[in-house]
Amino acid sequence: MNKAKNTILSATGLVWAAIVLAPFFLVVINAAKTSAEIVISPISLPSSFSQFLTNLNNVINNQNFSFWTSFGASLLITLVTLVLLILFSSMAAWVLVRNKTWWSTLIFMMFVASMVIPFQVVMLPLLSVFRSLQSATGIKFLQSFGGLIFAYLGFGGAMSIFILHGFVKGIPLELEEAASIDGCTKAGIFFRTIFPLLQPVQVTVIILNGIWIWNDFLLPSLMLGLNGRTKTLPVAVTAFVGSFVKQWDLILAAAFLAMVPIIILFIFAQKYIIGGMVQGAIK
Amino acid sequence: MGAKGLLIILAILAVATLVYFLAPKGKKRDGVVQALFLAPMVVTFAITVGIPLVVGVFYSLTDWNGLSFKNFVGLGNYIKIFSQNDYVYSLLITMGFTVVNVIAVNVLAFLLALLGASDVRFSKFFRAAYFVPNLIGGIVLGYVWQFIFNKIFTLAFPVSMLTDPNLAIGAIIIVSVWQYSGYIMMIYITGLQSVPKDVLEASGIDGASGLRTLFSIKMPMIANTFTVCLFLTLVNSFKQFDLNFALTAGAPARILAGKAIQSTEFLALNIYNTAIAKSNYALGQSKAVVFFVILAAVSLTQVYFSKKTEVEM
Repeated sequence: MNKAKNTILSATGLVWAAIVLAPFFLVVINAAKTSAEIVISPISLPSSFSQFLTNLNNVINNQNFSFWTSFGASLLITLVTLVLLILFSSMAAWVLVRNKTWWSTLIFMMFVASMVIPFQVVMLPLLSVFRSLQSATGIKFLQSFGGLIFAYLGFGGAMSIFILHGFVKGIPLELEEAASIDGCTKAGIFFRTIFPLLQPVQVTVIILNGIWIWNDFLLPSLMLGLNGRTKTLPVAVTAFVGSFVKQWDLILAAAFLAMVPIIILFIFAQKYIIGGMVQGAIK
Repeated sequence: MGAKGLLIILAILAVATLVYFLAPKGKKRDGVVQALFLAPMVVTFAITVGIPLVVGVFYSLTDWNGLSFKNFVGLGNYIKIFSQNDYVYSLLITMGFTVVNVIAVNVLAFLLALLGASDVRFSKFFRAAYFVPNLIGGIVLGYVWQFIFNKIFTLAFPVSMLTDPNLAIGAIIIVSVWQYSGYIMMIYITGLQSVPKDVLEASGIDGASGLRTLFSIKMPMIANTFTVCLFLTLVNSFKQFDLNFALTAGAPARILAGKAIQSTEFLALNIYNTAIAKSNYALGQSKAVVFFVILAAVSLTQVYFSKKTEVEM
């Protein structure tokens, strides 16, 4: 490629990068202004850094947003779901691959087919199913983290099993036979030989589900309620915006806080995050 | 969690352990292990997806109010929703949005992919930068862009795009393309990088120009990637909710056949508003079933096309 062409192309690329990143820049500079300053000049740089801290402080301690509580809730729900999902879906994928019977095919096909189902068609009856379970068993499903994690396992399972299934198929059966001869029980074979081998594809499953659960709004808003005591971050942002008459300084400070954790994660795990999201889409 | 709930969970665990140890060693016990391994995913799936789907289709045929139903109304709800202007309008704009969005996202993403996959200076940085908006959820981005449309763009234009019924849909398309093109770009890059180097070298030796190589070698060789990207954008555009909810929430209103309706209310938001905001669960559920049928049809078409391209390859 000649030099002039290279320069033109990289300049074009930089212009688009500036357009893509500009909204983030605008969030940062305006989260550091007072409402009045935003009205006067929303594109100028902020005059003082202390206003940034004041805004963040106001937002963090706001009752509707309560950053640390919602951040903690989001983190807890995401992490617990991911741990359980990785464990359970690896177990299920392994059983489904190693059994060549009509029922294993049926269950697998059911999971695959269910990936077509949009959330909207099950969300309303889901609430009533959870309500019935709640009154029948006494276990709290709605307005509870446990219930939300349970639902995420149900919704995330199909895709995870599908991805893991493809990978388990490639693991030679001889490996399991060898372990079996060495005296491993069936469960032992899975935990000692199969589960560790699944690691590369488990990263894909973690990224794909992690980004989705972290950013998901509709399910937690329906199950925890927009005005519930505890909220996840996206729900908290919505509740916060709803409680103010467009106080942009504070709304942008809240948006900033909601964006920061995942951007920090991206800086450190860029390769895995992009790889995971792309692999998940292709499969 | 109530004491009763705790008791039930403990009982389930106790039964599972008991069955495991009572089963004779060998084949029988292996069977129990397999059942226990499958159980968590099958049970959560059945309760959150399987049962609600069946129950949901049934509810759409009744006068369900979210808690209970009194009458079976047959296809009454379906006839009713298709006679409502706001729903038909919503269906049409969702389709229009989907078509424009699919084309815009894919054209831009493919061009960006050519840039990102090339050895242009900063190409690694471009890939990461273009991808960033996909990390953030549509809710937060929607509010941020509401600020940009109402406070930043109004510095140059007299009125905000969000206050005009036609331009507001354009605004959603702008944000959606801005966010999504970086993701689709990465999938195209993965495709482009899978084209074998020796094929490209051969075409270079044969004297093919860069554009010629692109159209005659690279694009046909990544036909599968095009199928994946087109359907991924198609399904995601059709399901658009978060951005719609946070950026416009359906506003502004427009007058259609003498009645005011929400001008930017896509299907997913229309379903949500019907059921949650207006508490009309049976109608909302019927709309959701129609939504499901359309998406299932799209997915079946995709399977058909992928199978077809696989055969041709």
